Amino acid sequence: MTEAAAKTEEVRRSIGELVAVIEALVYVSDEPLAVRALIQILQEDKDTIEAALEKLSAEYDERESGLQLREIGGGWQIATRTEHHEEIRELLKAQPSAKLSLASLETLSVIAYKQPVTVPEIMDIRGVQSASSIKTLLDKRLITSKGRKETVGRPMQYGTSRDFLIQFGLKDLSELPSVEDFEDLVQ
Amino acid sequence: MEQQTEQIKFDFDTVEAQIVRKSSDQFMLHMGEFDGPLDLLLYLIRREEANIFDIPVAKITDEYLRYIKLMKSYDIAVAAEFIVMAATLIEIKSRMLLPVEPSLDGEEEIEDPRQELVDRLLEYQQYKGAAEMLWSRATVEQAVFPRGRIESDENNLEVSATIFDLFEKFQQIIDRHKEEIKMEIKRDEMTLSEMIADMKSRLLKNKELNLMEMFAEMKSRHELVLAFISVLEIVKVESVRLIQERTFGDIILRLAPQPA
Repeated sequence: MTEAAAKTEEVRRSIGELVAVIEALVYVSDEPLAVRALIQILQEDKDTIEAALEKLSAEYDERESGLQLREIGGGWQIATRTEHHEEIRELLKAQPSAKLSLASLETLSVIAYKQPVTVPEIMDIRGVQSASSIKTLLDKRLITSKGRKETVGRPMQYGTSRDFLIQFGLKDLSELPSVEDFEDLVQ
Repeated sequence: MEQQTEQIKFDFDTVEAQIVRKSSDQFMLHMGEFDGPLDLLLYLIRREEANIFDIPVAKITDEYLRYIKLMKSYDIAVAAEFIVMAATLIEIKSRMLLPVEPSLDGEEEIEDPRQELVDRLLEYQQYKGAAEMLWSRATVEQAVFPRGRIESDENNLEVSATIFDLFEKFQQIIDRHKEEIKMEIKRDEMTLSEMIADMKSRLLKNKELNLMEMFAEMKSRHELVLAFISVLEIVKVESVRLIQERTFGDIILRLAPQPA
């Protein structure tokens, strides 16, 4: 009883306090922090938490902070803005990591849009063997196996991982532009 | 034949041709950015400024075959996919030469022999576009940095131990020995240099030494003292690290990675 009473006591935070505690939680989280986790810790409903997140995000934007609060890979994250990447790289002595080859990117795009998809299906679209690209993508943890397809030979199916969303700056898969939009782009 | 090869209008020769060894028995010729027959076909169609829905099959097939010949002139086994596509193109070309049989009922629509290829090209083109989109997204994303990892005990197991931790551990063991060893007279006791040499060789062999276990092995107080002094000496002279993974945990002596 007392515990429950304490909880209801806690719930009465002002929106300002909620924004502050959410900022602290997102800050300490190593991975993008899911709204679900915030709900559990703060015992607030989803709408209240999302409103607070939006408010915090807007605050960063308004004061033209070097940081931003953004939604990525199914959670929220505090990160730097693109404008300062050169200075940050100098400080961290970090080089942009090796890019994927065009072949790997093509394979990845087929997997992203067609998932779950099997290796022969990828080959049909690309017109080339894609085994080495798939290995690269698995090594980089951008794709994961999604079980076997119940067809002849029970081939393995692949789909994109959470790391894929994070590396490509996507909230979720629905944020990918429609594949039909690319029809004329290449011309 | 050879003259024809030389007449090739492609600028492949200016683009550096690369032979990529993919595995012990698989070589791949990489010229420019062509990642397969569909990619090459798209390039040829665009270069001819042809309409993708009305591909001049005869012309494109000729160009395509010339490319294959060029690959062969490099004495490279042409990837099977390119050969399959060449066969497909030739098949389409010959089917287009055949007179269209007028269908009797006049209802059945005659399919363009190129249709299947066009569909594949269009689909491939979409994913090629999507790949370019992913490339630019990744580029932007690489300019954004999340917070660095927090150094907590959990994700940083190797908390350095100090000499005092070492001393304290040593004291514990010596106390234990006090109880165990009542009286023992040993003649052939080790010298300090022998102990150091022994410890160094063990360290080299195993890369690391658990000091607690090693101290426990010592048979006499004298040896224990020698062992302790040896550790101090090794820490001072050699490039080793003292590591304690948890507070009050065992202390490990580890060879430091050699500077490259």
